[in-house]
Amino acid sequence: MQIIQPHYHAIARTAQDYERMAMSGVVAVAEPAFWAGFDRLYPETFIDYFRQISEFEPTRAAQYGIRHFCWVAVNPKEAEDSILTREVLAQMPEFFAKPTVLGVGETGLHKSTRNECEALEAHVDLAMKHGQLVLIHTPHLADKAHGTQRVLEVLAGMNVDRERIWIDHVEEQTIKPCLDAGYWVGMTLYPITKCSPKRAADMLEKYGTERILVNSSADWGPSDPFTLQECILEYRRRGHSLQEAVEVFHNNPCRFLGQNPKFDILPISIETLIDQRANA
Amino acid sequence: MLTPPQVVENYFLESRHMLLEIAAAFDRYDAAVARAANGNAQATENEKNSGAKKLAVMRKALEIVAQSHPARERTLALLELFATV
Repeated sequence: MQIIQPHYHAIARTAQDYERMAMSGVVAVAEPAFWAGFDRLYPETFIDYFRQISEFEPTRAAQYGIRHFCWVAVNPKEAEDSILTREVLAQMPEFFAKPTVLGVGETGLHKSTRNECEALEAHVDLAMKHGQLVLIHTPHLADKAHGTQRVLEVLAGMNVDRERIWIDHVEEQTIKPCLDAGYWVGMTLYPITKCSPKRAADMLEKYGTERILVNSSADWGPSDPFTLQECILEYRRRGHSLQEAVEVFHNNPCRFLGQNPKFDILPISIETLIDQRANA
Repeated sequence: MLTPPQVVENYFLESRHMLLEIAAAFDRYDAAVARAANGNAQATENEKNSGAKKLAVMRKALEIVAQSHPARERTLALLELFATV
């Protein structure tokens, strides 16, 4: 089955991931800009990082037949530094012209501070002015519900195209308000700390498959890109058809990411071939 | 050896994850019951009986896990309980 991994931090992973993902049917990954595990001090560090994910990483993925796309942003943790954020934001538009950059992300909230909220608004505003897609990170664990609500409040005060915004890391307590508000949502699968493959399958059954993405993130911490394939297996084991799985794990990423014409992978339909021998 | 607070801290996220999985399994069961009530995916009588017994054991297991001062180790009690189904 062809799979698209819509949220994947490739620079934190080895080539073995690419090889195994390719063998399991992954045809494309999209890499949002994220936190490096420490707070960077200089805007130039971000610029080199954006060059890495927009210029170098596609060549590494291509060795395994995988298309690599990316997003640029100052992640929520480092967005607490307002001066740094402004300086990076000023240089982001030049990356929007790169052939594999899909938009602004992951912006969002970590502790939902005033600086973070202002940075989120500035990122979304920049994206809308430049016709870019937006990927929004929501906080983990204890601050999940509050932080997601703050994201919705910030967006509600802006003039945005909601179908071009993806709110990520939703769980059972946050998926409905995000969907009800008209945004795309993402369920991020982690071994321990976020959503699990089984719970994601539950939410797909409860809320349907429209405007829902599933990803496994996979970064430098305890994580596993193959939680995505675990979710596909769980979904199929419950009796959902191959085409239904394709709709969620391939076609939905095509539908959302394809709003940027640089993402040119099209939705696919599984056909049943007529057995010629039966007609002989 | 770990101190009591270290045990809680070291195993909190893992326990949180496992408890959420258990909660989700019960919610999954309730959703299936609702679908069956609407005429979808009917189970046989044998499946219903077996399922009801295992469900009761799972609920009993959760009671044992939640005890603050059990008479003996919860793990032993659960293993014996699960041996009945």
